[in-house]
Parts: sequence; structure tokens; C-alpha cells
Amino acid sequence: MLNNIQEFYNILPLVILGAGILVSLLIEMYFNKSEAVLPWVSIIVFLASGFYALATVNSISVVFQNMLATGGNVNVFYFIFTFGAAIVSLLSIDYLKKYGTYYGEYYLLIQCSVLGMMLMAGAKDLFVIFLGLEVMSVSFYALAGINRKRLNANEASLKYFLLGAFATGFIVYGIALIYGTAQSTSIDVITSKFTQLQHNLLFDAGVLLFLIGFSFKIAAFPFHMWVPDVYHGSASTIGGLFSTGGKAAAFSAIIVMIGILLHNTIGNIFEPYLAVIAVLSMFFGSIVAISQTNIKRMLAYSSISHAGYMIIGLAAGNYDGIAGIIFYLAVYTFMNLGAFGIVALIEGREEANLELKSYSGLASRSPMLAALLAIVMFSLAGIPPFAGFFGKYYIFIAAIKAHLTWLAIAGVLSSVISVYFYIRVVVLMYFRETETELTLERSNTGLLAVIISVLLVIVIGIAPGSLIGLITSFFR
Amino acid sequence: MENNHLVSYLLLAPLAGGILLLFINKSKENFIKYFGFAFSVITFIISLFLYAGYDTNKGGFQLMDKFNWIANLHISYHVGVDGISLLLVLLTTFLTPLTLLSSWKAITSKVKEFTFFMLMLEVGMLGVFVSLDLFLFYIFWEAMLIPMYFIIGIWGGDQRVYATVKFFLYTMFGSLLMLVAIIWLAVYASAPLGHFSTDLIELYSVGPTIQKNIQEWMFLAFAFSFAIKVPIFPLHTWLPDAHVQAPTAGSVILAGVLLKMGTYGLLRFCLPLFPQAAITFAPYISVLAIIGIIYGALVAMVQKDMKKLVAYSSVAHLGFVVLGIFALTQESIQGAVIQMINHGLSTGALFLMVGVIYERTHTRELSEYGGIAKIVPIYSTFLMIATLSSVGLPGLNGFVGEFLILLGSFKSPVLNSWGYTIFATSGVIFAAVYLLWWYQKIIFGEVKNPKMNNLTDMNKREMFILASIFVFVIWIGVYPSTFLNVSAKSTQNVIQQVLPEKTVGFNNNYHKALIGDKAW
Repeated sequence: MLNNIQEFYNILPLVILGAGILVSLLIEMYFNKSEAVLPWVSIIVFLASGFYALATVNSISVVFQNMLATGGNVNVFYFIFTFGAAIVSLLSIDYLKKYGTYYGEYYLLIQCSVLGMMLMAGAKDLFVIFLGLEVMSVSFYALAGINRKRLNANEASLKYFLLGAFATGFIVYGIALIYGTAQSTSIDVITSKFTQLQHNLLFDAGVLLFLIGFSFKIAAFPFHMWVPDVYHGSASTIGGLFSTGGKAAAFSAIIVMIGILLHNTIGNIFEPYLAVIAVLSMFFGSIVAISQTNIKRMLAYSSISHAGYMIIGLAAGNYDGIAGIIFYLAVYTFMNLGAFGIVALIEGREEANLELKSYSGLASRSPMLAALLAIVMFSLAGIPPFAGFFGKYYIFIAAIKAHLTWLAIAGVLSSVISVYFYIRVVVLMYFRETETELTLERSNTGLLAVIISVLLVIVIGIAPGSLIGLITSFFR
Repeated sequence: MENNHLVSYLLLAPLAGGILLLFINKSKENFIKYFGFAFSVITFIISLFLYAGYDTNKGGFQLMDKFNWIANLHISYHVGVDGISLLLVLLTTFLTPLTLLSSWKAITSKVKEFTFFMLMLEVGMLGVFVSLDLFLFYIFWEAMLIPMYFIIGIWGGDQRVYATVKFFLYTMFGSLLMLVAIIWLAVYASAPLGHFSTDLIELYSVGPTIQKNIQEWMFLAFAFSFAIKVPIFPLHTWLPDAHVQAPTAGSVILAGVLLKMGTYGLLRFCLPLFPQAAITFAPYISVLAIIGIIYGALVAMVQKDMKKLVAYSSVAHLGFVVLGIFALTQESIQGAVIQMINHGLSTGALFLMVGVIYERTHTRELSEYGGIAKIVPIYSTFLMIATLSSVGLPGLNGFVGEFLILLGSFKSPVLNSWGYTIFATSGVIFAAVYLLWWYQKIIFGEVKNPKMNNLTDMNKREMFILASIFVFVIWIGVYPSTFLNVSAKSTQNVIQQVLPEKTVGFNNNYHKALIGDKAW
């Protein structure tokens, strides 16, 4: 248990969120106007937890008998999750009215899923990873189908659940093999035994199964089949959460695992696997995205492609790679929430205006939204001075330092392909005339959420130094 | 070293103008035009201070400003100018206000956005020329695509979307490979320098120590990106599309400045960073340059569209610049630098002249024109000066650059053959052929199109724009030393970096004959 009061302060981000969940539950149960209160409660809880995590980023410790790590990059992850979830909640306030459904569980489930993500990022034990994963995933399955009256949403939920459960099976099997060979589920123990263990075929198979299971969760090719349907079927705000928080959390778990490699001088034995799925994800995502006509499906394939870039960092398996992934995830969270946020703002009732052609001529009808979406698209495409560029730059540095120059070249080639479909959105918005009439419902909170995301994309793009400094300072 | 913020002010002025512009109500179109123009003029004035502050006798990089930007990766904001970039900065700041002025009447929709993108474009172009950090350079190099993409895409012709997407993808493709090379170089430099570095001046000492076969790959990655921008044959196919579809202001900036970024890149990065590879590849690239000269000229001869003709003439003219750079003699590189400026002025002037007449007739088909000499005499005179300057008539600017390049390539130690010069010279003759034909088709003969009878001649604004360009056209033609002196030391440095064993002297009799005994 906790040894002293300092350790309690160190896990306060989790405690705040846990308390928030209970309070939200009570509000939902006993308060009639919960719809007006709950989003703000969630936002306050998220921000309190996130900023507290950021403020105590230097208090590095391990608590609960080697179960949870606090401080350092764990807290950076906490901040990414909670801040992203706060933006999602802000977007949801008006979106849910349009989406035609409101259930109190919505915000509660978001809070639960974030708690699960935080457990994964802070885990020092394979069981904690698994626990966090399940808390997150089960909340996600429910969130995907939150509108139970809608066929698409039900389909998304079921698909997500079936494939998610399948992936979890891989992970559990992997954990079993690792436990069987290492006689422990503690990451520290596995790390210390790694030099001998890596010659054990069963151990390697266990780690590989673990990686494969998480490849589902990060939406890497060839484990990506659920992604377009789930993003498409579920609410746009929830799609945003899946593609940012969900992906970041899965990466944080992989980073916990891959961390065992960093202390060894032998090199990354899983490099071939990671390099191959990185290349396949990047190219598959970019190429298939070109043929999409629905913006949410396009963003889903783009998310597959972005997972590929981040896996390059894993394949590099050095500190720059890990720092690069964390940086990329932070940036990607803001970019993608900006993109999904604008999609949510433009989406009409009954899933109208989700086709790409609805965006034609947007610049003349809503110059503000068009400009914001254009910035997001340029950033996703990796064009400076926006933050997305720097994310890729950092990942490529890691790859080249690890003598994986070919992977960096594959990355830039896939970038060129992806530029095509990103700037096609800009072409539609700026260079084409309106095709379909669309009535935009005003949403000040939604617009605020998007503006915050886009401002962060610009600020991080121009001054990436402080974020990088924060991330790398814990590797020395 | 003392930091000098002058170069930073140069970048800040148009940036501040662009950002302030966002807060102006878009209905105040006239105010926006004056506002944008004012900021571009301020930028020009700052660049004049830069010129005044640069010590040409000392040469090298001066007026540097440096501070840590991304400390963990040793990326710094490092800017400064040498003689070569100074001339190009002056060209940029000189052409931008003129293009804004030229679109006074041509751009009628979305004036605010147009002015904003033009100012952002200026920031990008200036940034490319003054960056002394490869990372910073890359940021500007790529970021500049965005405003140009919008300028072609929003205010362009009928096929503008195709043209702008092609332009964007082409450039992006080339530059991303350069990005990998930049990172590779920076990682490689970690060993000798002790830290990851993208600082150009530090890398100048590292680059030449790389093994030759790796240098060749690096060189190709950089050169490919620049070759697309220049464009060197056979990577030029984006250029005619982009030029024809772009609005006049876009074409002028594209031809005047953007293409120079490619040749500037070759001169600033490819040659000094990878000298051995540069010498290996010099003959091949020179052959491509000569193909470009002849091909561009031949294709220009058969064009029916005025803008396409000028676009292909750019391919030919830039071929001379590339030949000059890779001939690697002081004369040829000096010629290449002055030819970059010349091309910016004379092709800029030609595009402006096309724009002037297009605003009145809304056609660029050469066959529609003819016999307008009597109807618009002032226009005809101005067009003649612009055309002759592009032809390379002695006494006008074009001659100086081409002459120096041909002279330099003739005695080039790297190319080591007269063949290059002989073929390149044929390009000069072809240029005279297609440009004089074009002039004849537009101005002389019978009036084929009755609509031409109602043409109005150039107004004062248009005359002012062109006249201010012609001042420099004649100045460079008559007394090029003013400009050659600025870059002399810097081009000498480039040659010393590439061919350290050669003694670089500059007392050739041909030169004295050309420019007199003035100090170089």
C-alpha cells in the first residue's frame, strides 16, 4: 500500500479522476438536469487531473508495491489523455443534441476510459496494463454504441467488441507466456532478466503476441479492419477519442513493454516485425484513404497511416524513438481532435454532411471553420510550420540514428501519398463551389474546443522545444 | 559574435503585416491593398539597410542572428546573408511590392486573403534565402508551398486545381527526400561535432569529410529536390501548368523568385556540403542543363499561349544558371548569380506585360494578337525592352549573365570540354528566334482581331511597375559591377569549398574587356 503521504500526492491524478467518476455517477442518479452539469463536471475533473499531473511531473516514484509508476513521461501521458478527453467533452455538449441522443453514461464512460488509459500508461506490471486495457476497452465498446437506436452505431460497437476481445486474447496469451518464462509479471523483473530471456523462444513469442494484441489497439495494418467501421459508425466526438486517447494509451502500454529493450545493448530484436507493420500501415493507410468519400472513413485510414509513423519510433527502439512517439502522440491528439471536432461541427442531424463533397465551397460559407480545417489538414500531412511536421521529423531522426534510413525513406514516400488526400479536402473547401446546401448549427463550445486544438497545433509547431524538453528530460 | 537583428526584422516585417491584416475587415479592400503594399515596401527598405550593412570586401556570412530554438536537438534560429543571398533577398523584396501593385485591378475577389498569402509567401521566400540552419531552411522551403498553393488555386485560371495540386505534390516529393538527407547529415555530424547539428556553418566542415559514395547519395537527395524547383529537364513538367494557371502576380513570383530557390539551393547546399559528389555529377547535370536550354527553347518556339512560351523560356534560362553553377569557375558562378537576378527581372517583366494585356483582352492566344504597335505604342515599346532583355541583347542585363556563364564553362576545369559551351551557345540563338517571333506575332503585322482596335494603352501604375524593373535591366546591362561586386567574395568562397586545391584568381582579360578595370 501507500507508504507515505507523498505517494498519495503522486497518484492524485488517478484519484481525482476516480472521485470524479463517483461524483458524476451521483449527479446522474439524483440530478434531473444532469445533461447541463455533467459535461462541465467532466471537463473540470479532466483539467484538474491533467494539470495536476503536469505540475507534479518531476515527482518520479513507484507506488503500490511496484505496480504503478508516477511522474516523468507517465504524467505527460496523463496530461495528453485528460486534456484530449476534456476537449472531447467540450465538443460533445452541443454535438449530442444534434446526434439525437443523450445518456448520462456518455460522460461517465469517457471518464472511465480515461482512467483505464492512465492505468496503462503508469503500469509497472503486466496485470496493471491488462486491467487498464480492459477498463478502457469495455468503456469504448459501450461508447461506440452509445446511440443504441442507430444501426451503424450498433454495428460499430459489436465489431469493436468482437475484434477487441480477440486482440485481448492475444495479449493475455502473451502475458501468460511471459509470466511462464520470467516467473514474474513485474516489468522491472522482466527487464533485469531480459538478457537471458531473450534467447528463450517462448518469451519472445510472448512479447510478440503482446505486441500483436496492441497492434490491434493502435490500428496498425494488418490488424486495422475494425477502424474505418468503428470511426464511421460511432459519434464523431467518440471517433476523436478512439483515435487519440485510445491510440495514445495503447502506445503507452507498448512503450512500457518496449522499455525493457532500452536498457540492453543488444539491440531491438522485434525490429523486423515492427518495421514491417510500420511500412505496411503507412502505405496501406495513405493509399486507401485516397479512395474514401466519407471524411470519417478518410480520417480512419489516415489514423492507420499515422500509427505506422509512430511504429517507426518503436522499431528504432532508442530513446529518441520513444520520445518521438510521445511527442507525436501529443501532437496527433490535438490535430485529430481538431479534425474530428470540425467534422462534428459540420455534421448535421441524422448523419448528414459526412461526405467529402459536403465540404466543397466551405471557405465561402464558413471561412473560420475552413481555415481551421485547412491548418489541421496541412499539419496532418506533415507540412511545416505546423506541429505534425515536427512529429514526423523527430521520428525520422530516431529511425536514422538507429540505422533505419530505409524506414525514414519509406515514411517520406508515404507522406507524399498522404499529402494528396489531405490537400484534397483543402481543394474542396477553397477551390470548389458549394454542391450541397448545408445549414450549420452554431456551437460556441464546440468551436472553442477546435480553436484550442488548432492553436496548440500552431504553437507546438513553432516552438516544439518546451514539449521535447519535457519529454526528453526523463530519459537522462 | 554580436547578434544583428536586421535580418530578423526583414522576416518579421511581412509576417507582422500578414498577421495584422487578419484583423482588418475584409470589406475595406482599398485599405487592405495599401496596407499590404506598405508592408512590402517597408520590407524592401529594410533590405536596403541590409545591403548598406553588408561589407562586400569582407565577403562571407554577415549580419548573423542566432539563438537556440529547440535546444534538445541543437536546432537554432540562425539567419544571415552572404553576397549571393543578399542579391536574391533584394530581388525578392523588390519584386513583391511590384507584384502587389500589378494585381491592384486584376485581383477583385478575396483581396484580403490574396494580400495575406502574398505577404506570407514573401516571408517564406526570404526565410529560404537567409536561413543558415538546415532545419530552419527546410521549414521555410516547405511552408512557402502553402501560400503559393492557395494563390494558384484560388485566383488561377480554369485548370488551376490540377496545376496547383501538381505543383504541390511535385515539390513535396522532392523536398521530403531532402529532409531524410538533412537528418542523415545531422546524425552523421554528431560524431565529429559531438552533438546532433543542423547548423549550416558547422556542417560545412563536416560535409566534405563524408565518404564519397555516401556523399553521392546525399548530393542526389538534395539535388533532386532543387532540380524539381529549378526545374532541370526532365523534372520541369509542373512548371508550364503552374505558370499558365497562376494569376499574374503568382507567375511573376514563381518565375522571379521561386525558381531561384532551386538554383540557390544547389549553390548554397549541394556544392559546398558534398564537394566530391558535386564534381562527379557536374558533367551529367550540365548535360541535363544543356538539354534544358535547347529543349526549352525549341518548345517555346511552338507555343500558342503567351504564358506557356515564357514558362518554357524559363526552363531554357534556368538551364544557363545550372550550367554556370556546375562549370565551377568564378566567372560562371558569378554569371549564374547575376543570371538568377536577370531572369527574375526580365521574366518577371514579361509575365507582367502578359498580365497587362490579358487584363484588357482576356486572351493569351498568340494568334489573337498582331498589329497592335499602332494601337498601343507605349505597350509595344515596353514589351520590346522586356523581350530584348530576355534575349540577352548586349547593353541589357541578360547579356552579362549569359556571357559570363558561357565564358566560364568554356574554361571549366570540371567539365573540361568545349562541347558544353558550343551547345549552350546555340540556346542563345534559339532564344533570339522564339522571343523575336513572339514579339513580331504580338506587335507587328495586320490587326487580325477587330477587338484589338479598342485596346487602351498602359496606365501610369503599369508604367511605373515596368519602368522600375527596366532601371535595373539597364543598370545591370551597362554597369554590372555594382551587383557582381556584392557576390564576388561569396562565389569565390563556394569555389574554394568545392575545389580547395585550385587557386582562385580573377584577373581574366575577357572580364576586363567586359566590365572594365573596376574592382571585383
